[in-house]
Amino acid sequence: MEYIIIIISAVFVNNILLSQFLGVCPFLGVSKKVNTALGMSAAVTFVMALSTLVTYLLQYYVLVPLGIGFLQTVSFILVIAGLVQMVEIILKKISPALYQALGIFLPLITTNCCVLGVALLVVNNEFTFGGDPHMLNLGQSVVYAVASALGFGLAITLFAGIREQLDLNNVPKAFRGVPIALIVAGIMAMAFMGFSGIV
Amino acid sequence: MAKESSFKNMVITLSVICLVCSALLGVVYSVTKAPIEAAELAKINNAIKAVVPECDNNPSEEMIEVEGSVVYPAKVNGNIVGYAIKVKVSGFGGPIQMMVGFKADGTIYNTSVISHSETPGLGAKITGEIPTRTQIVGKNPASSNLTVTKDGGEIDAITASTITSRAFLKGVDAAYKVFVELQKQQQPWEN
Amino acid sequence: MGKLKLIAEGIIKNNPTFVLILGMCPTLGTTTSAINGMGMGLATLFVLVLSNITISAIAKLIPEQVRIPSYIVVIAAFVTIVQLLLQAFLPSLYETLGLFIPLIVVNCIVLGRAEAYANKNSVIDSAFDGLGVGLGFTIALTILGFVRELLGSGSIFGWKFIDGDGILAFVLAPGAFIVLAYLIVLFRKVTAKKA
Repeated sequence: MEYIIIIISAVFVNNILLSQFLGVCPFLGVSKKVNTALGMSAAVTFVMALSTLVTYLLQYYVLVPLGIGFLQTVSFILVIAGLVQMVEIILKKISPALYQALGIFLPLITTNCCVLGVALLVVNNEFTFGGDPHMLNLGQSVVYAVASALGFGLAITLFAGIREQLDLNNVPKAFRGVPIALIVAGIMAMAFMGFSGIV
Repeated sequence: MAKESSFKNMVITLSVICLVCSALLGVVYSVTKAPIEAAELAKINNAIKAVVPECDNNPSEEMIEVEGSVVYPAKVNGNIVGYAIKVKVSGFGGPIQMMVGFKADGTIYNTSVISHSETPGLGAKITGEIPTRTQIVGKNPASSNLTVTKDGGEIDAITASTITSRAFLKGVDAAYKVFVELQKQQQPWEN
Repeated sequence: MGKLKLIAEGIIKNNPTFVLILGMCPTLGTTTSAINGMGMGLATLFVLVLSNITISAIAKLIPEQVRIPSYIVVIAAFVTIVQLLLQAFLPSLYETLGLFIPLIVVNCIVLGRAEAYANKNSVIDSAFDGLGVGLGFTIALTILGFVRELLGSGSIFGWKFIDGDGILAFVLAPGAFIVLAYLIVLFRKVTAKKA
């Protein structure tokens, strides 16, 4: 039951992109076509689930016991960079077509704030899902990561759909490109605010 | 221009960089450890000072753990004048950490919100001097119903922030429960 | 290239926020007030300058294939130093900026400048480039924070000039996106006239 609350919270109430501002760069850059958006979301979901799993274990079985918590930022980003590299190599072998389609966006997942952001959130912050503030366990952390990635995917796909329509319309010259995209994002953020208070 | 990318070179370079960086960070960490702890302590001490009557001891040095919360006793000439109790509750946007100060007889002296993630302009008002906080000062949870008016109590919630207000009052209630438990634990000695 | 020209380019022609559209996450997430925006900008500037200097100095020693991971480790080290220093000496700013401080590591601006400039130019030039881009970022964030604080909380740099609240939407998520959009349009119009 708690997993459902985590999922609803991460996808709608505290959408990683529209209310926590993580993952905005690829959001503005990638989302011009729905297909690309979906491919990107799948890749991000996979990387986020895997990296949250590994960094969680790293934090509690290496960094904390050895008292080297200050190496958290350095070690986490190295893990993420390594994982993305591995995913690239595996994808090239298993599905060259998908690898080509994702192109430059795959290595860019390393610098995607939501991957490092969620990894840090689950080990540093207390969560309030259904009860008193508590740290998440491994299972809840991975579910939270996957749900956050789904929230990212939802936002980015909705956005791509809107942008495809926008391209066909007459946007004032000064607003073309990034500004109109930001305004759409702002309105979407306002819409998602309607979910607050549900969990 | 750059070195040749042989496997050996790559491993050596990356390892050296990691080692140097880790060593540097270790140094900075040991230098900043004391100031960081001092800053944390100052935050707690400020919260304590704000919620209990004036005392001449150092409450943070005499802290007691009761039921998962921390109690800081305030004394004058060795006699208890109040307790500052630190609790954590689930607010609207995340955990709310607060300090609740009771006089020796159980009446509330004051409260202080140490940290929160509530909505700016709405729940975030909980840190200011608002009715939800000022109305409970001087009241004793044993005799007064300290819940929001919507729930049948006597305290005004923050407009449009009932959840935050409820959470805050829940924190006060939790602190009071700790206070009661503390009294119980100290009874045997006070006979 | 004149050092001052490098700085000016970082602020105007290569402004990371209004022109390059990089580093959006902290831009939107930490600008609820002018001071917060400035703090975030200065922390990033600190990392930018130091990492540019370091990477420029050791660029020739790093094999091509491990270039990116090496730069990332160097940047992460400086970010951790900023984290520790803020936690020790400016704890309230540290708490306000929260998660976005370690996220400087993945701020595309820092890695971007290392890759585009620092590994090809001298240490001094790289330092000034970092300074210029960092200043551009800080100024952009401060302006964004200033506008959001003015309209959303009715205060300027913490000094409230109205009783009660402003238009709350501006200090919440939607306001961040929308104000930034208008500032970019404004910046474009102003710089287009000068050209």
